[in-house]
Amino acid sequence: MTESLLALDNVWLALLLKVAAIVGFFLVAPLVVGYIEHKGLAHMQARLGPMEAAFHGIGQLPADGIKFIQKEDIIPANADKWVFSLAPGVALVPAMVILAVIPLGPGLWAEDLDTGVFFALAVSSVSVIGILMAAWSSASKYSLMGGIRAAAQLIAYELPLVLGAAAVVLQAGTMSLVGIVEAQNDFRILGVVPMWFVLPQALGFLLFFVASLAELSRPPFDMPIADSELIFGHMTEYTGLRYAFFMLAEYAGIVVLSALAVVLFLGGWYPLPGVGLPSFDVLFLPGEVVAALAGFAVTMGKIVALAFVMIWFRATFPRLREDQLQRISWLAFIPLAILNIVVVAVFKVVA
Amino acid sequence: MPATLPQIGLLKGLALTLKTMLKPATTAQYPHVKPALPPRSRGVIALMEENCTVCMLCARECPDWCIYIDSHKEVVPPKDEGARARTRNVLDRFAIDFALCMYCGICIEVCPFDALFWSPEFEYSTYSIRELTHEKEQLRAWMDTVPAPPELEVGAELPKEIADGLAAARKAAEQASAAVTAAADAAPAAAKEGAGPTATAVEEDIHVEVQIDQAVFDQLIAEGKTERVARAKAKAAYVRAEKARIRAERESGQ
Repeated sequence: MTESLLALDNVWLALLLKVAAIVGFFLVAPLVVGYIEHKGLAHMQARLGPMEAAFHGIGQLPADGIKFIQKEDIIPANADKWVFSLAPGVALVPAMVILAVIPLGPGLWAEDLDTGVFFALAVSSVSVIGILMAAWSSASKYSLMGGIRAAAQLIAYELPLVLGAAAVVLQAGTMSLVGIVEAQNDFRILGVVPMWFVLPQALGFLLFFVASLAELSRPPFDMPIADSELIFGHMTEYTGLRYAFFMLAEYAGIVVLSALAVVLFLGGWYPLPGVGLPSFDVLFLPGEVVAALAGFAVTMGKIVALAFVMIWFRATFPRLREDQLQRISWLAFIPLAILNIVVVAVFKVVA
Repeated sequence: MPATLPQIGLLKGLALTLKTMLKPATTAQYPHVKPALPPRSRGVIALMEENCTVCMLCARECPDWCIYIDSHKEVVPPKDEGARARTRNVLDRFAIDFALCMYCGICIEVCPFDALFWSPEFEYSTYSIRELTHEKEQLRAWMDTVPAPPELEVGAELPKEIADGLAAARKAAEQASAAVTAAADAAPAAAKEGAGPTATAVEEDIHVEVQIDQAVFDQLIAEGKTERVARAKAKAAYVRAEKARIRAERESGQ
């Protein structure tokens, strides 16, 4: 198994570089997804979207960010001041922490934990605490109702998400995310046809993807925000930079859960099933670095494709009702996910 | 409530949004790309100041009283010695408050002297509501953006001014040519004068009772023309033929 490219002899330097890389990725990737959402959503509605900020509105999100920084940071008089202030951070940090274990290319990960899947899913469920904190401390009925909806929704969809990932872990025989990517590359249908887990686990992938939509409160599962019913859910009372943090957390969440789906089901950094990356020396770049860069490009392409599907769903499907949402999860997704695990386990034992 | 499984409609919806995304957007990039407005769009009201007689009809008819007119009278000295001096209205101020104007166009309708017109100009938004009251200089400037009046129907009478002008010009030309011939031919030819111009006029007073030329009508119908067109053309053909016949008859008679 390959080591992380950043595994240097100097531990502190390595740590510094890793943190810088994660924060950099964390700040840039959501902007890319946000821009795709601006433009994709607009064109799906026969609009052009942002056009004025730099070339075809490419500077819109940085401009919005600068605007958010300038805005007054208002804390409502009745709000629980400390909890209210901390909530955006609590919602934001998990998305950043998950990035530490997600492999974006061969050697491109900060830490290859043996319990990578477990770590990622455990950390991702922390963000619900941030949302509940924001909802409770805002002293607003809309925030509170949004927060309670969010809590119910995130708990309901955590299960199909975890069960879908568990089936992959069963098949791969490892919880390490890097190990899962390698296991997908080694996997052969009937011992012949190379294939990623997306085909044998088609049901699991579908459940994982839809559940991640619900985890992110993305339309058609955006009842916690539901702007026509609850103003903006738990974000109603937030302004300025704190609001921007919540938005950043949402888009970082899209990146992170798309990346997780890519790693678990879509073969990670491998461009095609059974096809490896080029790893020869190009000019002054050693083969390892070339492979890492190519792998990063492939992974980013897959992440962007999944994010595009999320945006596509947002443009197409209307919001579900709260009871429909709960029914889908408890009566359909969770039984199906358990069935999926059973089938995978049986095949694993028999094969 | 019975639970229904996801159906094909979900995919149809996705196909629709994808198709919309791949088609060009309908957004008009307005300040960069000017809109293609119909030529007679009603953008703003222009004033032909020279035509205004300060009759105040527009200001009185305006439903929301957004036209402001100030004027004074001037004494015009008499043309001839000893005649009475006349007074004339002079327009001092003509302003339209476009913050009040509801663009009903009644002022334009009622103006008896063709002094108000619709202009397609529409880019006159301002940062202050006060700047929306436009004085006569600006209203006159907008006159340049007014499109020329629409063409009259084909075959209609010319407007009176133009018809009078043409008649006067023709008369002058005729008189000039008559004077030239009269000078050249001198006295002996004077008896013949007047016969020339009237000869052509005789032809035009042939009156024909309109009928349908059945043969032409049938042929046109066979060609697939509509009945209305065929009837009109058949009538025209009959009148043409009949006139030619009468003309031939007269010539042979003379």
